[in-house]
Amino acid sequence: MRPEPRLIEVRKNVLKQNDVVARSLRDHFHAAGVFVVSLVSSPGSGKTAFLEKTLTLLRKNYRVAALVGDLATENDALRLARSQAPVKQITTGTLCHLEAAMVQNALEDWDLNQLDFLFIENVGNLVCPSSYDLGEDLRLVLISVTEGEDKPLKYPTIFNSADVAIVTKVDLAEAVEFSWQTAYANIRAVRPGMPVLQLSAKTGEGMEEYLRFLAGSLTSVRPVAAV
Amino acid sequence: MHELSIAMSIVELAEEEADRRGIQVNAVHLKLGALSGVVKEALLSCYEMACEGTLLQGSRLLVEHVPVVIFCPSCRAQRPLSSMQLFCCSECGTPCSEIVQGKELEVVALETQECVPNPV
Repeated sequence: MRPEPRLIEVRKNVLKQNDVVARSLRDHFHAAGVFVVSLVSSPGSGKTAFLEKTLTLLRKNYRVAALVGDLATENDALRLARSQAPVKQITTGTLCHLEAAMVQNALEDWDLNQLDFLFIENVGNLVCPSSYDLGEDLRLVLISVTEGEDKPLKYPTIFNSADVAIVTKVDLAEAVEFSWQTAYANIRAVRPGMPVLQLSAKTGEGMEEYLRFLAGSLTSVRPVAAV
Repeated sequence: MHELSIAMSIVELAEEEADRRGIQVNAVHLKLGALSGVVKEALLSCYEMACEGTLLQGSRLLVEHVPVVIFCPSCRAQRPLSSMQLFCCSECGTPCSEIVQGKELEVVALETQECVPNPV
């Protein structure tokens, strides 16, 4: 007898487990009528400041809450708590991204029926979060003007996993000689047709348009929303 | 760097299949898309570590690279993507946002060894 290799077909998605959890989360979110937005970006792009501002402004008219992924500290959760919206920290340890099961665990004792918007701030990382569906309705990818215009070209994968690009810290654009033309061209090169919003959490510039955009999105999960 | 957790998921998936089918796995065949967010080299170096102490110990990971294919709305045809920095049709230059292929992260097959009679 001699050994002969034999191929057995399997055809299974490696992230099947994550996808199953994400799908069940999404069903759960839709049943509760909550619109879920996740945020991805590199460290230091202003995710937390942007989210703090979002929560503060949005909670005037909507019921909002946030989950925030952080490697080690609780700094982000403490900052976000200033908005007075419910905030929960997911400490990921050395893990560089959030997975659907972490979101599921974090939400265990929350009543989603009491929410209009739920925000999920991913760990600052433009690589790893792209592989993991968290069950969100909308994924925002943030780039700050201080990072330069070429982030989309360096990270085409994350731009292709996100729905909308947000350019942050626009109040600093002039100081760092940010080229809007190049930035837009780069975003559209890796993701043609991607909507882009520009804003500053510090000065509030562009926040209104962004909030209108979010309010409009809510109708996609709750067609008769009249809050 | 999330390749170790990806490698562990691959091993777990393959172990489950191997156990269910009662086979010994010599190699795992994986399809890896250019837009999967996973780096082949990092994955390969993590694989051995992930196999340690499992049914997969000593097995190989064979990675098939899957290039990105987009759909051109102007040509109404699928086109290979010529640059990851430029999502447009390689024939007519139209920007293309529809990705047909390239996000794969899939175990396609397990390789096992079967004893067959020696040829006479």
